[in-house]
Amino acid sequence: MKVQGSIRRRLFFQLGGIAALLSLAFFLTLRVVAENTAEATQDSILAASATAIADSLRSDNGSVSLELPYSALSMLGTVSEDRVFYHVVVSGNSLTGYADLPPPSAPPRPGSPVFDTYDYRGDEVRSVSVMRPVGSAAQSTNVVVTVAQTRLGLEATSQRITTTATGVGVGFFLLATALSLWAASSALAPIDRMTAAVTRRGPKDLRPVTAETPAELVPLVDALNSFMARLRTSLGRSEDFIAEAAHRVRTPLATVRTQAEVTHRKLNKPEHKKAIREMIRAIDESARSAGQMLDHAMVTFRADSLARDDLDLVVLMTETCDRLVPTADLKDIAIRTDFGNDPIPFQGDGILLQAALQNILDNAIKYSPEDSNISATIKVGETIRISFTDQGRGFGDTDMSRVTTRYQRGANVGDIVGSGLGLTIADEVARAHGGGIEISHNNEGIGACVCLYLPR
Amino acid sequence: MRYLLIEDNPKLAGAVVERLQLDGHAVDHADTLAGADACIAVADYDLILLDIMLPDGDGRDFLERHRRAAKRTPVIVITARSAVSDRVGLLDLGADDYITKPFDFSELEARCRAVLRRQSGVAANQTSFAGTVLDSTKGEIVWDGQATALRNRELRLLEIFFNAPGQVFSKTHLMDRLFSFSDEASENAIEVYVGRLRKRLEGSGAALETVRGMGYRLVAR
Repeated sequence: MKVQGSIRRRLFFQLGGIAALLSLAFFLTLRVVAENTAEATQDSILAASATAIADSLRSDNGSVSLELPYSALSMLGTVSEDRVFYHVVVSGNSLTGYADLPPPSAPPRPGSPVFDTYDYRGDEVRSVSVMRPVGSAAQSTNVVVTVAQTRLGLEATSQRITTTATGVGVGFFLLATALSLWAASSALAPIDRMTAAVTRRGPKDLRPVTAETPAELVPLVDALNSFMARLRTSLGRSEDFIAEAAHRVRTPLATVRTQAEVTHRKLNKPEHKKAIREMIRAIDESARSAGQMLDHAMVTFRADSLARDDLDLVVLMTETCDRLVPTADLKDIAIRTDFGNDPIPFQGDGILLQAALQNILDNAIKYSPEDSNISATIKVGETIRISFTDQGRGFGDTDMSRVTTRYQRGANVGDIVGSGLGLTIADEVARAHGGGIEISHNNEGIGACVCLYLPR
Repeated sequence: MRYLLIEDNPKLAGAVVERLQLDGHAVDHADTLAGADACIAVADYDLILLDIMLPDGDGRDFLERHRRAAKRTPVIVITARSAVSDRVGLLDLGADDYITKPFDFSELEARCRAVLRRQSGVAANQTSFAGTVLDSTKGEIVWDGQATALRNRELRLLEIFFNAPGQVFSKTHLMDRLFSFSDEASENAIEVYVGRLRKRLEGSGAALETVRGMGYRLVAR
């Protein structure tokens, strides 16, 4: 699998990027609007001031006089330490004020003041020039009143606005980022839920996924379910195949084995008998392998959806031991049982547990010498421990952890027929029930002890 | 003992019949369920060996019919499927035991014996010689009202002698009868078992005699 990127991270960064852009745009807009508003305010005050000065112009027989209304200037100097300059020009001649104040960039016309921005005496100033004809219609003189003000106050206002806009922008960005983090998580929550639903199941659970699925994931889940259905079918088919194969192999083997036994009985020469014995042992070996492979397939299959029947382990063990008494009898092996007097309830798959116990006991009988004992006990403590102790050859120097591995047999099996699946089957059944298998040396002398433990 | 073998594979059936006859049993063979029903109608059997897959039906149906009719004859199923599920199903349906193909005849014999022993009220399977009674079902020898229990191999060995008193059996023959093919046994083992039986028979009217170079035979003291 190639892991490329993360939806969550991508979603988060994209939403975060969008939030950053929006915040920046918001910040810029806010600042422009605010500064324009502030400038417009200054402009209108300047215009009002210039108009007030123009209103105080008097014409007296062609000569224009001005009594400067200080209120006109004081309305400007309210806020900060901004300096105010003015200049009144009558027909091109300076009447009063700062004569070096630059003239307006364009000749103002009545009713439409001209605004300018320039540097004056070391500061940036904003100026407004209004034109007013003074005097009678016949003898009118054009008077231009220019009022200028430094922009320190405006800059402070602008600074304040920028600070506020920045604060608002950053706040907006942080909030949007947090929201996008939440949105990314909540958008991915269904995926997380489904991931949990799929990973929670065991490796052998092939039932369809039924978790709540968002519409976008339905095709994916459908594909997954159909894949699992195909896998299940294919598993089932291979199980049928194994069963069928075992049947096809076993019947002819049974014929051959029986005929071999008959022949063996009729033959007299020891070397002929020996040859037939070898043949029968080979048949037994293949039959046993076929049987255990089938059992193994069955165990694997049933462990998928483990039945939880109410069982009594004492009954189960009694049945298992009874079933193998004739086999043990053949070698004069006695199975001594000690299951206590009380039922031991357990929830599990009786068929699988019986197969497991049967495999362990069968193993014990196989590797036990004639005229020996096998003891079968159940002890209930923190776990339920079902133990089979024999007086056989034991496992020798075998690495105990390997005995339950498929097709691995003990180090000293000698020439005893076996497939190496018996304890594997028992181990898988025990694991499916939450338990396991422990193999140890018999504490009371020779032999081995195989213990299947189950949780209570 | 009288067996009914229900098995459709003619070669296997032929071999099984021959093998059982070698041990001195009487065997009838049916290759269909219909044939089996016909056999049961006219004869009493000690044991029925039943294959599951038959051309005219499932052996399990026969088993169910057999149990419903309250027939006591024990049934041992011979199955080619060793699927764990099948096994339990068979016992639930009323089979007394099952054995998986291919089977060891000594194991089949052991299972038959166990099944018959489990059946209560079954007629005792007894043979007597020189005032000594061998009860195969209970696995004991009785003389003067005193019973001695035998272990499995001792019982099987003694059965061979009691079924043919006076006949000499070679060690090789006895080994064939006594040990399964998975056992590694030497001819010394026969001597050991004969020795044990002699001890068990001490005080009875029967004795095992060594015929030098030939084997052993059962004689009256």
